[in-house]
Amino acid sequence: MAINKVVQTRAEAVQGIGDGSTVLISGFGAAGVPTDLIHALLDQGARDLTVVSNNAGTGDRGLAALLREGRVRRIVCSYPRSAGSIAFDELYAAGKIELELVPQGTLSERMRAAGAGIGAFYTPTGVGTKLAEGKEVREIDGREYVLEYPLKGDVALVEAESADRWGNLTYNKSARNFGPVMAMAADLTIVEARNIVELGQMNPETIVTPSIFVDRVFHVPAETASAA
Amino acid sequence: MALEAVAQDEAVKKLTRNQVAWRAANEIPDGSFVNLGIGLPTTCANFMPEDREIVLHSENGILGVGPAPAEGEEDPELINASKDPITLVPGGSFFVHSDAFVMIRGGHIDLALLGAFEISADGDLANWTTENPNFPPGVGGAMDLAAGAKQVWVLTDHVTRKGAPKIVNKCSYPLTAQKVVTKIFTDLAVIDVAPDGLVVREMVEGMTLEALQELTEPKLTLAPDCKVLTAPAL
Repeated sequence: MAINKVVQTRAEAVQGIGDGSTVLISGFGAAGVPTDLIHALLDQGARDLTVVSNNAGTGDRGLAALLREGRVRRIVCSYPRSAGSIAFDELYAAGKIELELVPQGTLSERMRAAGAGIGAFYTPTGVGTKLAEGKEVREIDGREYVLEYPLKGDVALVEAESADRWGNLTYNKSARNFGPVMAMAADLTIVEARNIVELGQMNPETIVTPSIFVDRVFHVPAETASAA
Repeated sequence: MALEAVAQDEAVKKLTRNQVAWRAANEIPDGSFVNLGIGLPTTCANFMPEDREIVLHSENGILGVGPAPAEGEEDPELINASKDPITLVPGGSFFVHSDAFVMIRGGHIDLALLGAFEISADGDLANWTTENPNFPPGVGGAMDLAAGAKQVWVLTDHVTRKGAPKIVNKCSYPLTAQKVVTKIFTDLAVIDVAPDGLVVREMVEGMTLEALQELTEPKLTLAPDCKVLTAPAL
């Protein structure tokens, strides 16, 4: 039977995401944020979520809307504050959201480890700082390293430039950012793609995320995509 | 001379933020691969010396960062660590975030330019949290860069908005990393963090070592060939 990961509706795209899920959301600033999938998740109704994303949303759309609606219990990110991160800032000041602050390279490597089946890894990042408090430190070849564990998603929401029905993906410029690593780190990877192309149309040398990491593809043409 | 006096003393030719970025950019050796951190460092991309080929890295998956685009040419999917629009130079490339940090943590980056809340005489860096409960912390890639880049230089105002020294004996804010900063570029001076202390290599016109020392906690030593810190109008 032909593999076809392309779903036709927003509801179908986010079907089955349960309360309490850990959701990885791609993007750095506004680049690469799957805004339409986030709004589909908002409509779908899952609550008590742990969101893993580099930033904590800005303005009133996308992640900021999910925060504002009280769907997120905990956020794991490297840099929550930015111009317009009002929804997060208010919840944080009111003590209404848990924040796990993770150095950006550790954040991406923890997800890479989850995707690669790595049980844990040692990194020099954060040695001697508050973010390493309580973590195992080991000296290897004369240098100190902190033990970090994988960060796995129940779900990943990823924005891509183009996808085919198998789920092969390409990205656009710096909107690639966390997409490929999140796609490999979740049990269910859902992609918002600007273009759907025929199987075989992508140059195999330039496919960035191979199809094996993708479960669902939802077409959001550029002209209808929501601004992040 | 206290800060107020320095600020009002027209004889002291403080650098603007753009001039600090220009001065730091002009210190970068030819052929370097350099990461530009959030804030003032990212603006260095606009002032790179034309006689050198320097490859700029951005943590969000870019090698070959170019200057800001002309007005109207901005691409929301081509941005730097500060989320400001940039351009890509010929030879530039895009890659996944985890590879951007392989470059950083794997020791492939020659130099990182970072901002700071505080820097100590030992080269300790604090730049991710002021522990204000109403103001969320933000570490970004700073700890990775501080741990992984071969050298770390800091670009900062010499004192806080309230006039307190940012170059201190011991950081009061939580550290980003210990003993990593080797050079400091401020609006008043260029300072080397040497094994035996801080060495002033350049000071702006009108500044004296005594006046600079009043704005700096650790003891400063004047380099024998200390120069006047100047920059073009930018």
